[in-house]
Amino acid sequence: MATVQVSEAEKVYILHGIRDDLRVDGRGCEDYRHMEIETDVVSNTDGSAKVTLGDTAVLVGVKADIGKPRPMVPNEGYVEFFVDCSANATPEFEGRGGEELGTELSNTLYKVFNNKHSVDLKSLCISAGEHCWVLYVDVLLLQCDGNLYDAISVAIKAALFNTKIPRVHISADEEGGKEIELSDDPYDCVRLNVENVPCIVTLCKVGHRHVVDATLQEKACSVASLIISVTHKGTITCTRKVGGGSLDLESIFEMTEAGKRVGKALHAPLMKLLQQEESLGKARQKVGFLG
Amino acid sequence: MAGLELLSDQGYRLDGRKATELRKFQARMGVFAQADGSAYLEQGNTKALAVVYGPHEVRGARSRIRHDRAVINCQYSMATFSTAERKRRPHGDRKSTEMSLHLKQTFEAAVMTQLYPRSQIDIYVKILQSDGGNYSVCVNAATLAVIDAGIPMRDYVCACTVGFVDETPLADLCYAEEGGGVSSLALALLPRGGQIALLQMDARLHQDHLEALIEAAMTACKGVSKVLDQVVRQHLQEASVPSAE
Repeated sequence: MATVQVSEAEKVYILHGIRDDLRVDGRGCEDYRHMEIETDVVSNTDGSAKVTLGDTAVLVGVKADIGKPRPMVPNEGYVEFFVDCSANATPEFEGRGGEELGTELSNTLYKVFNNKHSVDLKSLCISAGEHCWVLYVDVLLLQCDGNLYDAISVAIKAALFNTKIPRVHISADEEGGKEIELSDDPYDCVRLNVENVPCIVTLCKVGHRHVVDATLQEKACSVASLIISVTHKGTITCTRKVGGGSLDLESIFEMTEAGKRVGKALHAPLMKLLQQEESLGKARQKVGFLG
Repeated sequence: MAGLELLSDQGYRLDGRKATELRKFQARMGVFAQADGSAYLEQGNTKALAVVYGPHEVRGARSRIRHDRAVINCQYSMATFSTAERKRRPHGDRKSTEMSLHLKQTFEAAVMTQLYPRSQIDIYVKILQSDGGNYSVCVNAATLAVIDAGIPMRDYVCACTVGFVDETPLADLCYAEEGGGVSSLALALLPRGGQIALLQMDARLHQDHLEALIEAAMTACKGVSKVLDQVVRQHLQEASVPSAE
């Protein structure tokens, strides 16, 4: 991640502020920064979303391809994640510099989505054992200002909501094999149910308290963080502790409860916003990076 | 692509443009706050994002330091979802490395590197959506980003990809035209002096047509320079309004 140098005096200042529930930019310990979400930004993809969280900017593109299902689960499709930490964010990511962080982020995403309920994989099956939809979720990190996991998970949820998978018809051809036909109408498509897609909340332990949506400066003052992915019902799908410091058991319970609370509260406004954006339909002015 | 004429009898191309018309141009400077300079450019359906860091101290190999000028370091990469077929690696393949070298060559001609000895300027370009003319859109976006970073240049660097079909040069090719067996030529120009920073063509073309094609490319680049100039002036106007109050 892009790092900042923080002096001892600044660290003490941030620590004391957080102790009194007042962060450097005036937020409370469990407040998010200003978040902007826009879907359907890249027209080459089947679904896309751009999320700006403070200064962190993430672009997610989803492409649906027909592939062979995994041998262990022949009647399910699957999702592949790829995170590209581009040099745009910081010169340290040039060449292969961003690969380490990218691999870590995509491995965590695999763990978060590695359960039966997040994405309905059975709906991605076309014909059992032969064809299925593979969703390639590509995350592009454009600017790095802390709290990458949260921004990425919100962007993935928005992009999956926006994904339009073309409807297919399976017909038998002359030799007895199966032929897949895509429907001619470009608007005839299947949408995914993203109700159960989890959102990731990162909680950083600073001093004796924890903060949600830490900036780079706050991250430099924290010893350890906890990453929790929460669904809209409050169910946790994945927990990870990151960072070089250690957390005691009490803190972990406290942070888990706070994470569940914050995560649960994130889903309802997000879905409402996505549905509102969708309802604007063709009248919506596409802004992308131009606004 | 049987049945798709690249240039119809009435003089219209696949997307309805005339032979010398450029695609719709939309640009914005100062897209990212963290980078020293940034710009976003859309030419038709090709979208590119350029970011400039520098001038700063040379990172990595100390052997790259030049005592009399700045080193320009470029990286061209494409988002994995930018092309119709998903790309497995964003950069590191031969094509991207070649493009990065071309960008480096182009900007070494334009940026006044003698003003910043022993330092490095990084230019990173990312293609978000690819619909032909990738190199040209990158150069145009990078020009805006370098201007946004406040690095002095001799002149705007404008680029355009042109092709030759039915005795007519077509300006600003899109993906369908590039793939349709057209001899395409990419040109980067410094418009005021008419200096060519980069010229690249890897197709067969009769010698007699070469001059006409280059002339068409230069005219198209001059058109691009006018648009870039407008974008920069508008950006400066918007940026200077708060201080005027």
